[in-house]
Amino acid sequence: MLEQYGYVLVFLLAGIFFILMAFITGWVFSPNGLLGLRYKYKKEILEDTYECGVETQGTSWFRFNISFYLYALLFVIFDIETVFLYPWAVSFKKLGVFGFVEMVVFIAILLVGFAYAWKKEALKWE
Amino acid sequence: MLTGENIVQLVSGLLHWAYAQAGISSLAGVIDPIISAVVMFGFIAVFVMFLVWMERKVSAHMQSRIGPNRVGPLGLLQTVADAIKLTIKEDVKPVNRDKVPYFIAPIVAFVATFMGMVVIPFDKGVVVQDLNVGILYIIAITGFTVIAILTAGWSSNNKYALLGGFRSAAQIISYEVSLVLSVVPIIMITGTLSLSGIVEYQKQAGYWFILPQIVAFLIFITSATAEANRAPFDIPEAESELIGGFHTEYSGVKFAMFFLGEYIAVVVSSAVAVTLFLGGWLPLPYLDFLHIPGFVWFLAKLLLVIYLIMAFRWTFPRLRVDQLMDFGWKVLIPISIINILATAVVWFCLYGKGAQ
Repeated sequence: MLEQYGYVLVFLLAGIFFILMAFITGWVFSPNGLLGLRYKYKKEILEDTYECGVETQGTSWFRFNISFYLYALLFVIFDIETVFLYPWAVSFKKLGVFGFVEMVVFIAILLVGFAYAWKKEALKWE
Repeated sequence: MLTGENIVQLVSGLLHWAYAQAGISSLAGVIDPIISAVVMFGFIAVFVMFLVWMERKVSAHMQSRIGPNRVGPLGLLQTVADAIKLTIKEDVKPVNRDKVPYFIAPIVAFVATFMGMVVIPFDKGVVVQDLNVGILYIIAITGFTVIAILTAGWSSNNKYALLGGFRSAAQIISYEVSLVLSVVPIIMITGTLSLSGIVEYQKQAGYWFILPQIVAFLIFITSATAEANRAPFDIPEAESELIGGFHTEYSGVKFAMFFLGEYIAVVVSSAVAVTLFLGGWLPLPYLDFLHIPGFVWFLAKLLLVIYLIMAFRWTFPRLRVDQLMDFGWKVLIPISIINILATAVVWFCLYGKGAQ
């Protein structure tokens, strides 16, 4: 049982290993890398933040739209709903009508909140 | 007879014979997963290269062009040449970047989708590990891509990258909900989360779930396309508005990793769609006398679904941000909830309310 998840762990470590190998290969052969072509360049121009060729104005870590927060909050609510839905779905046939009615009540309560958010235009992109 | 199961038995028999010859039988539990990871990486690398070539040919066909035809036969080696080109390109790193997240983001983007390959059943018994929570595992693991994209957008210290990252995060989490909800009816009918178990159920039932659950299939394909940031949902990297979106400041190998991760995400979600809705490795009805191995059927169906996703890209115009969010929240999520309830009601009407 648990050794199945050992495979998952090995896939995680192997994936990181493959990526690092690719990075090292890139570093070896890329210009100004270990073996790559050498050339001179103006570092402050090449490595500046890209902004259509003009100089960057201000910081790039600016304030952003409140809509993102609202979507994130709604997402958390619905994701937790699905976490409750999955165990119910697995034993749906065993629980029968009683379990189904309980789940309908649960979904209905969530949908009331969803309808409220919809009516309050939390889902409206501005 | 050549089936996937026989091949696995043959390979594992050969491996264990080799272990015994080398006298490392005690280490077999460590070496097996490493070999399966290497094999899966090799498969995915070659398959993604083929897919990039296929996408170019498909798009060329749809635009009455020829497409790549110079490097190798039919241009098949074009992607190899591109991969080499990306590897030897200079890795331009902006000075203002946030160093550690900038480095980690492409790693997460690749590894998160690569780990999803663990539970994909290619044939009966041909699966790295058939976890009993297979679907939940895939959804959880592929959900990490949003972290990679948000990290990349934030750490680049670039306005386009940041906006692309935000948009992408909003889009992915919105469509994640409908993706997860569209799978629930299948689990209700089969009563299992294991991907192989779902295919076995379809074999016993004698039909594929695309017939009773066509609505869920359409929702799943739409959400999977949006999850992989592919057109018509490619707002995060809408090149006419945001240059390159979250990977504006990435170049060379690091950009290649985002690219690879995106294609693996397409492969994984298409493989899940094939397993859930199109019968996985099962042959087409009335064609099982041909004795074609199961993994050939699986790959054929996989390529069909991937072709569908590629065709979306060249047949639909790109959505606007507000249209995209409206479509996700106000159309797909209500439909998928109604689909769950309707499936339950129809089930009770057909089979009675009794426990079984």
